[in-house]
Amino acid sequence: MKFTLSWLKSHLQTDASVDEIADALTDLGLEVEGIENPIEKLRPFTIGYVNSAVKHPDADKLRVCQVQTDEGEKQIICGAPNAREGITVVVAKPGVYVPGIDTTIGVGKIRGIESFGMMASEREMELSDEHDGIIELPSGEIGQSFADYLAEHDPAKVDPVIEIAITPNRPDALGVRGIARDLAARGLGTLKARDVTAVPENGASAIGVSIDDDTLDGCPVFCGRLIKGVKNGPSPQWLQDQLRAIGLRPISFLVDVTNWFTYDLNRPLHVFDADKVAGNLRVHRAVGGEEIVALDDKTYTLSAGQMAISDDNGVQSIAGIMGGLETGCTDETVNVFVESAYWNPVQIAYAGRALKINSDARYRFERGIDPAFTPEGLEHAVRMIVDHAGGEASEVVTAGAVPDTARAYKLDTDRVVSLVGMEIPAQTQRQTLTDLGFVLDGDQANVPSWRPDVQGEADLVEEVARIASLTKLVGKPLPRMAGIAKPVLTPMQKRLTTARRTTAALGYNEAVTYSFIDQKAAELFGGGTDATMLANPISSEMSHMRPNLLPGLLQAAARNQARGFMDVSLFEAGPAWHGGEPGEQHDQVAGILVGRTGPKDVHGEMHPVDVYDVKADIEAVLASMGAPAKVQIMRGGSDWWHPGRHGQICLGPKKVLGVFGELHPKILAAMGIKGPAMAFTIFPAEIPLPRKSSATRPALKATDLQAVERDFAFVVDADVEALTLVNAAAGADKALISDVRVFDEFIGGSLGEGRKSLAITVRLQPSDATLTEKDIEAVGAKIIEKVSKATGGELRG
Amino acid sequence: MTDLRTKYLSLIAEAQDAAVLEDLRVQAVGKKGEISLQMRELGKMTPEQRQEAGPMLNALKNEINSALAAKKEALEDAVLNERLRTEWLDVTLPSRGRPAGTLHPISQVWEEVTAIFADMGFSVAEGPQIESDWYNFDALNIPGHHPARAEMDTFYTHRAEGDDRPPHVLRTHTSPVQIRSMEANGAPIRVICPGRVYRADYDQTHTPMFHQVEGLALDKNISMANLKWVLEEFVKAFFEVDDVELRFRASHFPFTEPSAEVDIRCSWEGGTLKVGEGDDWLEILGSGMVHPKVIAAGGIDPDVYQGFAFGVGIDRIAMLKYGIPDLRAFFDSDLRWLRHYGFASLDQPNLAGGLTR
Repeated sequence: MKFTLSWLKSHLQTDASVDEIADALTDLGLEVEGIENPIEKLRPFTIGYVNSAVKHPDADKLRVCQVQTDEGEKQIICGAPNAREGITVVVAKPGVYVPGIDTTIGVGKIRGIESFGMMASEREMELSDEHDGIIELPSGEIGQSFADYLAEHDPAKVDPVIEIAITPNRPDALGVRGIARDLAARGLGTLKARDVTAVPENGASAIGVSIDDDTLDGCPVFCGRLIKGVKNGPSPQWLQDQLRAIGLRPISFLVDVTNWFTYDLNRPLHVFDADKVAGNLRVHRAVGGEEIVALDDKTYTLSAGQMAISDDNGVQSIAGIMGGLETGCTDETVNVFVESAYWNPVQIAYAGRALKINSDARYRFERGIDPAFTPEGLEHAVRMIVDHAGGEASEVVTAGAVPDTARAYKLDTDRVVSLVGMEIPAQTQRQTLTDLGFVLDGDQANVPSWRPDVQGEADLVEEVARIASLTKLVGKPLPRMAGIAKPVLTPMQKRLTTARRTTAALGYNEAVTYSFIDQKAAELFGGGTDATMLANPISSEMSHMRPNLLPGLLQAAARNQARGFMDVSLFEAGPAWHGGEPGEQHDQVAGILVGRTGPKDVHGEMHPVDVYDVKADIEAVLASMGAPAKVQIMRGGSDWWHPGRHGQICLGPKKVLGVFGELHPKILAAMGIKGPAMAFTIFPAEIPLPRKSSATRPALKATDLQAVERDFAFVVDADVEALTLVNAAAGADKALISDVRVFDEFIGGSLGEGRKSLAITVRLQPSDATLTEKDIEAVGAKIIEKVSKATGGELRG
Repeated sequence: MTDLRTKYLSLIAEAQDAAVLEDLRVQAVGKKGEISLQMRELGKMTPEQRQEAGPMLNALKNEINSALAAKKEALEDAVLNERLRTEWLDVTLPSRGRPAGTLHPISQVWEEVTAIFADMGFSVAEGPQIESDWYNFDALNIPGHHPARAEMDTFYTHRAEGDDRPPHVLRTHTSPVQIRSMEANGAPIRVICPGRVYRADYDQTHTPMFHQVEGLALDKNISMANLKWVLEEFVKAFFEVDDVELRFRASHFPFTEPSAEVDIRCSWEGGTLKVGEGDDWLEILGSGMVHPKVIAAGGIDPDVYQGFAFGVGIDRIAMLKYGIPDLRAFFDSDLRWLRHYGFASLDQPNLAGGLTR
């Protein structure tokens, strides 16, 4: 919303400066977004007088002028056709910034002759588009500031323009008068009366108006008057100036009037060319399919139920949103029908959204204009039209009736104080509301018809606090909870925090990637269905909620590889979606390792990433999250894993805590990843919560008896899994065997195709007597027996 | 006896290796060594002679043993030194790789904010990111026609042909979690709700996904002055400054009344933000007293309970605190960016040690 200072002052008697007004507006909740004060940029321009002007010896179109300025006579070369002796001009001396040409004037030579400044045109000072010649002033003293001269002689040219942001609850502030009312309530001046003397009614209107019964809820009242014999043409200068200042293009007086009242009193109007209207006007709901060419020259097709104004020929206006081109005013218009109606905000909002029309009228009607002002607004407009363009006005045609918006809420002045936490005397509170147009009746505050946003007692509090100024609010401690602050994180939150820090400690960089990915990537990871699709994605790259964190991480890895970083370790902890209903999301912790474990190194330790790197990482992260150490590792995971190189870490066949392994080569090819890529995914919610209720740990059982280690090597079929062998060995004597570790694997060779050797170290920890050689042999035999039974293997000879 | 002493001490001194030294030991103090043989003679002496010769022989034996031990150690040291001389390594070679990962600034700031509000008794609630329009809008006093719905650039989820339910939305703010928290816990309540939020907007300063933290406190007499204090304390603690001036400006949010936008006093010098000093104001959050309709929507009696709510952009305060220029880079996963702006795994913020190292 834009307006000029002088426009504001036509409603508000005030001596406040622009800055004071701007500060107050922002503080009142009408946030100033910008102030354009032309005086600031005109300040350095001064008035001069051309003592003489002669043709430049080397240029036909240039003149060498001697200009009298406050700093004496200066030589200025000028190319303007009107540069001549004896005129009063505006001078930009060297060092002055000229906004219209975005240049700071310097001393220079033009075709060999020195020039000490410039004489300016209106366009060069951004006063208008006028650039036929330099400004010639009818008066003005040499050396006088041009800004001061303008303020005195042509104030519209230096009228500051203020732009404010209007929150959706303040339709009343979409008119300059509403803004003035807020400032007056704040104490920055007094609101001037704006009464209108109605134009006498002269005869019946040739155009009648009716509202269909089923449309009365959308258009409770419609007022109009026919004016015959108006003379359209350009608007008076002040009106053109004000419209231009706020960025509107003056078109013709009849059109400009409607635009001006839209901004002045927040009263959108429409003016029909009465000679183009066939018969009477009827406000009704569209059947659906009606077409209309609107004032923006575009054709719109109405849907059933949308409101329209039609004559005998069909739809002539999209009600409350935009008028039709066919019955619009032109320069030749002589008879007009002026419309002032009230349209239901909700219905206008839906229709405007559906038709995708953003007009000033829609903007205001959908926020809610003052319904009670509908007849009076018409009188203001008719008065202005008749006063400037002549004509005779008919009687007022009214269909429907002004809707009753009367309501009152209790002003509990104590509650205001307790809610806001500011001492605002009861009398001040009542005065504030009165200034804003509320009518107080005891403790009941009657809401003015222009404040549709006020819908309860809380709104009264807001008004009082806003006008009193929240900047005066002084903080008051929020009572602390007794004692030491209790831990607040849920076990899940703690778990994710720990997982993040552990994974980072393992060398991964945490990424935060978008929750939505492209359909193709989503499909590769079991998603990409309609259930998780967005109706209005901002691009096809972000069309589906991610089913898994891996595709986003792989895309990130590919981007890094494109930048020349081939070795990537990334992780993310966050939500993934298994459906489109609220709650069909679950947390994951996922990591990827791509390329090598590090750059080539002198110690020869770095290697291409492999399954056992990522297995170590997932084990560490799971352990940090409180997962049990004893788990099963199962194959048969999802399609995006290498079928032979992944494992699901499980507690039983259905409880998958996480998956690790190599990604399927087809996935890597599809995602554009170079080199091997390992990954893990953890499902934090699957990890059982610890049952412990106490921090106490079981007593440490340590014995001084010597532990003994023995190595065994078994030859087994190549597809026998090490864990089976280890578990079998450990089961040989659970009390005695404290650890079984695999320390060697040898496949094929002399063992033959499909065979391998697995070597284990078994640690025996006696608890009551030192082991004898006989004891050890007995356990050894049992281990061999158990392993053979479990794996079909035999001790390697 | 003096001859013996002189002879062996000089021979020991001259010995070049452990074998020679061992021979000398056998010759001198071995079972059949010269000194041992002489000591055997003591038994044949008179008590007077023994009295004189015994201590002298013992002293000699001790002296020779000490000399042998000292020489032995000297010879071993020489060997060791010679070995060490050949064991030179180039210690300027790079160390073995020990990868150091990083935490994303959003995670770090999440923990910082949590630490601060936990101290003030706020717990942490989270909620679904695909939301029903009731939780995202209606319950927050934003009915279907409200202009705020259009202004929020909402993402909607797809509805199958024939499914006439209103589409769900990607939550446009974390405020729906307020409602869910009220429903779950009732009042009094103090809770913060951090998380991802979504708006269909992408340009220099907007990304279609970003992070917010919402705060909610309800009790029987919580006022806007309490809100201001809480925010002052938060800003001071978060930006780690002793004092900061907050400016409340009246504004409008459908879910709070009165509503205020909050600015902090700051200065920008050479592109660097300093909080708490200077002549500029920086808008950092929106806040207000929870609208009675919203309290009622959460199943709590607004005639009994009142309180405040506020919402801050986590990414935004991360950018301000750590001088990160571009929001879009947060979600690009550029390793250079992650390493530069990320945090070490052990940099866990806490109030005892300060939020940042």
